Amino acid sequence: MSFDTAFMLSTLPAFLKAVGVTLQVGLLAIFTSLLVAVANAAILVFRTPYLWRLVKGYVELARNTPLLIQLFFVYFALPSLGVKISGFGAAIITMTFMGGAYLTEVLRAGVEAVPRAQLESGRSIGLSEGQLLRHVILPQASILSLPALFATFVFLLKETTVVSAVAVPEILYTTKNYIALYYKTYEMLAVLTLLCVLIFLPLSLLLRYLERRLQHGQYGV
Amino acid sequence: MSALIEFQGFNKFFGEQQVLEQIDLQVQAGEVVVILGPSGCGKSTLLRCLNGLEQAHSGSLRLDGKELLAPGTDWRQVRQRVGMVFQSYHLFGHMSVLDNLLLGPLKVQKRERGEAQAQAEALLARVGLLDKRDVFPRQLSGGQQQRIAIVRSLCMNPEVMLFDEVTAALDPEMVKEVLQVIQGLAREGMTLLIVTHEMAFARAVADRIVFMEAGRILEQNPPERFFTQPQSARAQQFLEKFSFVESLPKTLHKELS
Amino acid sequence: MASTGFELLQVSLPQLAAGALQTLSISALGIFFATVGGVLYGVLANLGKRPVNIALQVYLELFRAIPVLVWLYLVFFGLPIFFGLSIPSFWCAVLVLGLWGASEVGEVVRGALRSLPRGQREAGLSIGLSGWQLYGYVLLPQALKRMTPPTINLYTRIIKTSSLAVLIGVVEVIKAGQQIIERTYESVLIYGALLLFFFFVCYPLSAASRVLERRWAHT
Repeated sequence: MSFDTAFMLSTLPAFLKAVGVTLQVGLLAIFTSLLVAVANAAILVFRTPYLWRLVKGYVELARNTPLLIQLFFVYFALPSLGVKISGFGAAIITMTFMGGAYLTEVLRAGVEAVPRAQLESGRSIGLSEGQLLRHVILPQASILSLPALFATFVFLLKETTVVSAVAVPEILYTTKNYIALYYKTYEMLAVLTLLCVLIFLPLSLLLRYLERRLQHGQYGV
Repeated sequence: MSALIEFQGFNKFFGEQQVLEQIDLQVQAGEVVVILGPSGCGKSTLLRCLNGLEQAHSGSLRLDGKELLAPGTDWRQVRQRVGMVFQSYHLFGHMSVLDNLLLGPLKVQKRERGEAQAQAEALLARVGLLDKRDVFPRQLSGGQQQRIAIVRSLCMNPEVMLFDEVTAALDPEMVKEVLQVIQGLAREGMTLLIVTHEMAFARAVADRIVFMEAGRILEQNPPERFFTQPQSARAQQFLEKFSFVESLPKTLHKELS
Repeated sequence: MASTGFELLQVSLPQLAAGALQTLSISALGIFFATVGGVLYGVLANLGKRPVNIALQVYLELFRAIPVLVWLYLVFFGLPIFFGLSIPSFWCAVLVLGLWGASEVGEVVRGALRSLPRGQREAGLSIGLSGWQLYGYVLLPQALKRMTPPTINLYTRIIKTSSLAVLIGVVEVIKAGQQIIERTYESVLIYGALLLFFFFVCYPLSAASRVLERRWAHT
């Protein structure tokens, strides 16, 4: 079994581009998910009539079904209803659908983790509900939910590999493509593994560090 | 006659720090030895070494003439002969009182259920807790839990019992009910090693007081002699801190009866 | 196309059911191995042996850093090349789900065991329990309440992730659905049915996990 290093090097530009696509899909989806989540979490926290039930239903549906089928639904089924979407578009829509639900839960849990006494003392000095949210709840909730937020970001970034199934040219799709074209299977698998370790391992380790820090911080300060 | 328990030139380190230094201690069968000393002097560690919860570094520790620090020691065997009771009782929270008592006899000693249960119930009756047989530990007071923990060890039919500050976590009004149980064991002639801060109790129950400081044994004497004429300056200082003991009844025995 | 969706579903039901059975088999086997392996991982991680901990740490980080789908391809393409092993894609999926699940369940078990008071271990040892007896009778039963809700949650993740098996060619429920779509072009109906199928399997589990977590929060 020989390793075709020259071939591996020749694929480098393509893989660099693929890493770019992975990051692009991941970061864009994280951003849009956050927008969805902030709106939904606000609806849940303030119990907006009717809407909060809708949000609850959405969160449960998105969290209890596989990303892959959500993706296939958007990419393959929606066109038959007259909505034509590119692979990239389907990837962003689906990942936002799923990520928005996960992040909604994270933010809601963060707000609920703020002690009730904080709300009461805020009201007792005459803060309006809006001021309460901005000056008391959100600053504490965001710190409390930081590890879970970051964990979900890393999770979403890793989930981008799933969108290779609708031909988005990220790292996994690029690998499969090269394997199909040139049969350089083990070189390509090695590159893929290396890329995953380079991109995701530091994030995973950073996450662990963050979790440990904030866990102790809560007790220490 | 050789001693039942024999520490000789016994050393123990936690990292760099030496917590037991050249311990020489012999305990005869049927003897009640109370170990006194300031916090952190190594007295709890000494008991824990005898139960194999801590490992010694050098020296010799014999039980019934058999060297325990030798490689191949079966600590599970040793622990069946040497029972241990802890400061915070450590009953198994997911089991009823009876299941707590029977776990060792049934699983470790593979005894027959009927016989083991009869013994457990007899011991429960003795400590006045037979009616608590089927409740769970969290429904019991600290004093009740500690009496059950003592029975849990006794159910293994040990030859020696180790008591590691067993009343230190209890509310004052519960201390007596636990000490009474220990005193009963002492009267029966069981070999006991007791670490405690209850001075009056130590004086009443001990055959011998061992005074430790900073990992060393400074003196060993009969209780009357230790409490009235401590030999070392350290022991004198230690006793002065507990001088209120003087105002207590002469022996716990009188108070209890 | 004149036939209604309901009729179509009736006709396709046996095919979907056969696929669903495959999906559930992969999930169930994955959950089984994840649980057994996870408990083993949790216990090993609690022994406090440094080399063991380092090995487990590497194992965990490999499964956290490399996405499950990538693992599926690594095993599916890699096993035949690197080890000359050719195992059916069904078992590739079970293997990956089991190994990945074991690392995640293992972290849960480790955390639950670590949260127990130290004295429970010592009390168990002091009455002469062996290591296995200590974990079997004393430590694991007490960790159970703390580890069950998050473990059930992980089960739903394993079930959802089992859907990726279609990408390495397992003929499970999604593949069955796609075959029906090729015949009938009813993609909305079929993918809708697939979403509902997973929802009805996973939702009760997530709900149960939440209920148990709330009920046991203060015990």
